[in-house]
Formats: sequence, C-alpha cells, structure tokens
Amino acid sequence: MEFRVDPTNRLPIYRQLGNQIREAVARGRLHPGEQLPSVRDLSRTLVINPNTVARVYTELERDGVLRTRQGLGVFVAEPKAELTKRARKAKLEELLDRFLTEAVYLGFSADEVVSAVAERAGQFQWSQA
Amino acid sequence: MSDAILTQRLTRYYGRRAVVNSLDLRVPQGSVYGFLGRNGAGKSTTIKMLTGMVQPDSGRAFVLGEDVSQLAPATRARIAYLAEGHPLYRWMTVGEMARFASAFYPSWNDRLLEQILDHFALPRRTKIRRLSNGQRAQLSLALAVAPDPELLILDDPTLGLDTVVRREFLESLIQVIQRRGRTILFSSHILGDVERVADRIGILADGVLRVDCPTDVFKESVRKVLVEFGRTPPEFPGCAGLVSSRQVGATLELIVVGFGEEQRQACEALEPRAIDVIELNLEDAFIEYTRGPRRSLPIFATEHRDVESLGAQGAA
Repeated sequence: MEFRVDPTNRLPIYRQLGNQIREAVARGRLHPGEQLPSVRDLSRTLVINPNTVARVYTELERDGVLRTRQGLGVFVAEPKAELTKRARKAKLEELLDRFLTEAVYLGFSADEVVSAVAERAGQFQWSQA
Repeated sequence: MSDAILTQRLTRYYGRRAVVNSLDLRVPQGSVYGFLGRNGAGKSTTIKMLTGMVQPDSGRAFVLGEDVSQLAPATRARIAYLAEGHPLYRWMTVGEMARFASAFYPSWNDRLLEQILDHFALPRRTKIRRLSNGQRAQLSLALAVAPDPELLILDDPTLGLDTVVRREFLESLIQVIQRRGRTILFSSHILGDVERVADRIGILADGVLRVDCPTDVFKESVRKVLVEFGRTPPEFPGCAGLVSSRQVGATLELIVVGFGEEQRQACEALEPRAIDVIELNLEDAFIEYTRGPRRSLPIFATEHRDVESLGAQGAA
C-alpha cells in the first residue's frame, strides 16, 4: 500500500494521510488485521515529521479504524458497528441528502445518479448485512 | 526547563531600524520549529543572537536553559549551528574538516559521522572547494549531527539546493528528528519543506513574530474571504483575526485567521452579493500573511475600469 502527501494541497498533511488510510480500508485495499508500516518507516518514506504519522495513527485508532497491539505494531481494526442501526441510518440519510443536492445542481436525472452509485459501489468493500 | 529556546523581548537595531523587535520566541524541547519570514524579516539576526554571534540591544535569550551571553562551553557543545550558505574551510579535505570539527565536541560520534558520509556518498579525500553546493550542505549537516547535539539551529539549510538534493537533505533531517528529545529550529523559504518536517511554525514580519502555532493549526485557520458587491465595495470595518483587507475591483478580499460566525456577520452587515470562503495551502497562506498591510492591488483588467467609469457616470 502506497501513501502520498502533497504539501501544496490545501489539506494539512495529517488529514491527507488520514483520509488515504480511511479510504484504503473502506475500499478493501487494506484488510482487517493487516499491519501498517511503523511510524518510523512511514515518516521516512513520506519524508514527513514522525509526530505527524503518530498523530494520524492515534486519531484513526480513536475512530476505530486502526488498532495498536503492544509491542507488535499498528493494524487495521476489525469493523464493528458502535452506533445503533437507527443512528447509522440517520447519518447515512444526512450524507445522502448532501450528495443528492449536489447531484441535482450538476443537472443529472435520478436514474443516472442511481446507476452511477451502483457502479461505484462495486469498488468498495461492504460489510455483510 | 521545557523550552529549548526562549527569548524575552529580544531586540536588535541596525541603524534606526529595529530588525528584531521585542521578540518573545519559545521553542519547546523536542519540537521541530519552522522559522519563516521574508528576506530581511530578521530571521538570520535572531538566529545569530541565539548563537551569540550578534549581541542584542535589549532583551534576553536562553538556550537549553542558559543565558546566551553567559553560555558555558559544556552547554555550547550540546548545540549545533548550521550557518547560511554552509561556510567551510575550502582548502581542507572532507576528512580534515571532520577531524578539525570533532576537536570542539567531547561527545563527537565518529561512527555516526561515517554513516552519514556514506549515506551521502561523500568522498573523504576530496577538497571542499571541489564539492558541489549540495555536497557542501550535506557535509555541514553531517558535521552538525556528529556531536549528537540536543539542539540544532539551521539557517536556511536548503537554500540554493536543487530539488533532488533538497529531498535527500530532508530525508536525513527526518532521520535526525527521529532521535528522541532533539530540538530543531530551522529557517526556510520553502514552505513545502517546512510543512513536511515542522511541528510548529513562527512567522516573523518586520522583526515581529506574527504567527506562532502548530503548523496544521495555521494551515487550517487562515482563510481568504471574497466578499462580492457588484459595485465599488465599502471600506471593511474590521473584525477579530483580520490580517488584511484590500479591494480588488468589485470585491473585498479579506485574509482572516479563524473565520467564524462573528466574522461572517461583519461581512453580511455590508450587504454584499455573495461571500466566498477559500482555504489556502501553506504557501498561499504565508504569502497573504506577509504581503503587508492593507495595500490595494493596482487595477490592470479593463472590466474593473468599466465598473469605475460606470460609477462616475452614475454620479454625473
């Protein structure tokens, strides 16, 4: 798995890296239980301050994306549904409303949007309902 | 003492101009501090006062807990300083230079030096005057790191280096940072480099420290706000966190730190057509922040002139 940071981007480096790891997990390019590079190694490869990498790992661990095993390293966490089904549904609807609003202004029809969503969904790793 | 560097109202005049003006700088131990400012902002003078090469006119500076004016030799040996432009004795060979420098440091680590020289593939027997700019920078870094210093002060270390050598230099710097508890202060003009390695940044403008915060916080809080009017904009009355405001055609361009509800209301009170809030990358944020106060841009585009002449007709 290769990560990249770009200082000319408007997002701070720690956000760029955090987003990339989240997306890699969501798309199944990183699997639960898979180990991530050490803070030392990743800071060396990306040529960024080790504190930045450590901060990203800590935040992702807090959000349940990663898990540190003492003395072993940092791993992709097993997915777990912390929110109740209703809360998750409400969150999903909120995201959908924002997305659909944009789609309306971009001038798509409902059918076009639905088929585009179905097509993209194939690229992600979904939990078994 | 948890600050590797601390200055109190540090001031230095050149002639009648205060190049460094009541500077209160704090660099926490173990942090990497990016020291930024335009040419002539006072960065080098500050660094020279921290290393005891320039005497302040007033104020005090402490490094590793000791007053710079009375620095014990043992403390001096725990600090490494990389001067701008990498001045080295050009008639010495790399090996001779290393031996010469090692005499000043009881804690000199020959193995570490050898490792770094190997890493850069620097030939020991070459005369320094035959080295490229990049190799001279690499040699200075190697010499600075070899005594295993607690505090490294680097004055624009990547100035004049090409992109590849600069990247290699940063890679070595990252390795240096990975040693626990080491503090680095470095000045630079290359904002991308600073964002990669610095935990905190300080921006010096006209001798005054205008910004001092974690790098991410600066990047996340500086915003450019475009307030559009479709007519000559009114004067902006000001708000908390306002860095600058200027008129560009029919738009007021504001640079604001921490744009929130209060700032939005200040804009809306002027009854504009639209308000656009734009995030900036570090380079843009720096430019906006150091450009200078409330200067209006000269108008080049013809459409702007049309707006003005329309206004004049309306008045007539």
